[in-house]
Amino acid sequence: MAFFSTLFSQIINGLQSGSIYALVALGYSMVYGIIMLLNFAHGDIIMVGAYVVWMSMTSFGLHPLPSILLAVVVSTLLGVVIEKVAYAPLRSSPRLSLLITAIGISFLLENGFQLIFGAGAKVVPPLIEGPTFKIAGASVSTPALVTLAVTVVIMIGLTLLVQKTKLGRAMRAVSEDMGAAQLMGVNINTTISFTFALGSALAAVASALYLSSYAQASPTMGSMLGLKAFVAAVLGGIGSLPGAMLGGFVIGLAEALVSAVGLSVWKDGVVFAILIVVLLVRPSGLLGKPMKEKV
Amino acid sequence: MKQTVKRIPMPVRYLINTVLIALLVFGSTAYVNGGGVSGYITKVLMVIGINIILAVSLNVATGYLGQLPLGHAGFMAVGAYTGGIFLKAVNASELGGAGYAAAIAAALVLSGLVAAFFGIIIGVPALRLRGDYLAIITLGFGEIIRVVLTNIDDLLGFKLTYGASGLKRIPKITSYFNVLVCVVLTCLVIHLIMKSRHGRAILAIRENEIAAESCGVRTTYYKVMAFTLSAFFAGVAGCLYAGYLGSLQPTTFGFMKSIEILVMVVLGGMGSMLGSILSAITLTALPEALRAFEDYRMVAYSLVLVLVMIFKPTGLMGQYDFSLSRILEKLLNLGKKSKKEG
Repeated sequence: MAFFSTLFSQIINGLQSGSIYALVALGYSMVYGIIMLLNFAHGDIIMVGAYVVWMSMTSFGLHPLPSILLAVVVSTLLGVVIEKVAYAPLRSSPRLSLLITAIGISFLLENGFQLIFGAGAKVVPPLIEGPTFKIAGASVSTPALVTLAVTVVIMIGLTLLVQKTKLGRAMRAVSEDMGAAQLMGVNINTTISFTFALGSALAAVASALYLSSYAQASPTMGSMLGLKAFVAAVLGGIGSLPGAMLGGFVIGLAEALVSAVGLSVWKDGVVFAILIVVLLVRPSGLLGKPMKEKV
Repeated sequence: MKQTVKRIPMPVRYLINTVLIALLVFGSTAYVNGGGVSGYITKVLMVIGINIILAVSLNVATGYLGQLPLGHAGFMAVGAYTGGIFLKAVNASELGGAGYAAAIAAALVLSGLVAAFFGIIIGVPALRLRGDYLAIITLGFGEIIRVVLTNIDDLLGFKLTYGASGLKRIPKITSYFNVLVCVVLTCLVIHLIMKSRHGRAILAIRENEIAAESCGVRTTYYKVMAFTLSAFFAGVAGCLYAGYLGSLQPTTFGFMKSIEILVMVVLGGMGSMLGSILSAITLTALPEALRAFEDYRMVAYSLVLVLVMIFKPTGLMGQYDFSLSRILEKLLNLGKKSKKEG
């Protein structure tokens, strides 16, 4: 029985971290779907969001909820500014240049924050407080439940947004064929900016959820989190929203199960091994459409 | 009147270059060993040499082949640990004369070969995919190498890499002369390959993969070849690094290190060997000279990366490469220019 309760609590852990990966992976996937860019800086937007929460709670003494809202606003603005300043001038240049720029921005944010706030981790006061529930012998914390609930709500909202609204339709049109969408009167720049804003806002929510259970902000926290979320996006099929969600949960569960059998130091290795195997067996991911090549 | 442009015949060109390189290698070694520069400067020169090998080798995959590997530090790590373990096993520092030289040569070649082997393992599957996937797979590979080096001892139960505490007491075999010879050989081999039929095939793939394929270039074969070549020299540089430092730690070879090498290549100009060499020298020497600004180094690196991409995407040197013979020929023909046009 003890084994099953351990397994069950690991599965809950996996779902919790999986939801965070899924939220971040959505940002990667949307941006890739639209401008075919691996936005390396996306992980660092999570880090910026975490620092905003930390600052507004400790320095300004704000309540958690306004702090999180502030983080969402700052991250959204940052995402849009990065797109306008660094990616927009390169839209017609080779993909390699764009990718290198994204890596540069990511490093700039990480090292800039390290310079300003120091390399050490900042402890963030608890965001969500509540009792720990006992379900089937396993303990489930309130942050875990809140994380799961928030993620599910956001995913339903996002799906509705992409499928039902005018902006969502514009996003899908641009990702299908940018030139044709432009000819049909879709404003490309607005749509791309909106995608970045949406992705960054989701990253900020993910960072709040992350802080609710790990309570630490450090300059490099975004890089590993971002990389794993990216693996999740590729695993699910990059450019596909349900794929990103599925990928996030799979990666989270895989990590939790590897930890459950006592190999937690190999966690990172396993995640990247999954990535390599997926790319070899099914390069378009679990739910992605195979890419056609035009000459 | 018919023969207006003077050319230097090929054998003479080779002779000039060989003599100049030999002069550079032996002359500067004699100067350095004779106490011409301080021990500190010698160390900086060795690091510069190692970084030149890393940058020039990454340039093969990034500049000539047009891919973006993000795990160059992983290949370097493989080479460094292979070299380190080998040198410790044969106890290189206690061998004398010819044995010592043979041990060094064997360590360098072995490190290169093991790194190249990993290059093939990663390259064969990764290079069949197009676009950004190579970047991701190599990035994943670099991270896996780091995790494996840290944890393999605990898993297998023997002492090989000494995990997070690091591989220590490696014989310090790296000298100024070793590094310089390796730099010259690396540049020579890469130059010769790039000037050959194989090199042209690699460049054709960079320019247009589909067009190259339709002209009968075996794209996967040449991509793997360029990638393996790049990995081989990264391994050699890793071995030199192990022999220079005397101890190794898995954390040295993280994503950051790969990016540092990438910055050198991008800044110098992707596809220009001269550019890679110059920026490796600058980016190694400058932080040494500006020790006080150590904290700002990585910020400056990332800013440089972004600004170069936005304002001069071809890098400072573009694809320009230095050729002594070409300059000599220009000088020879200087007076004739007006006649030829007239």
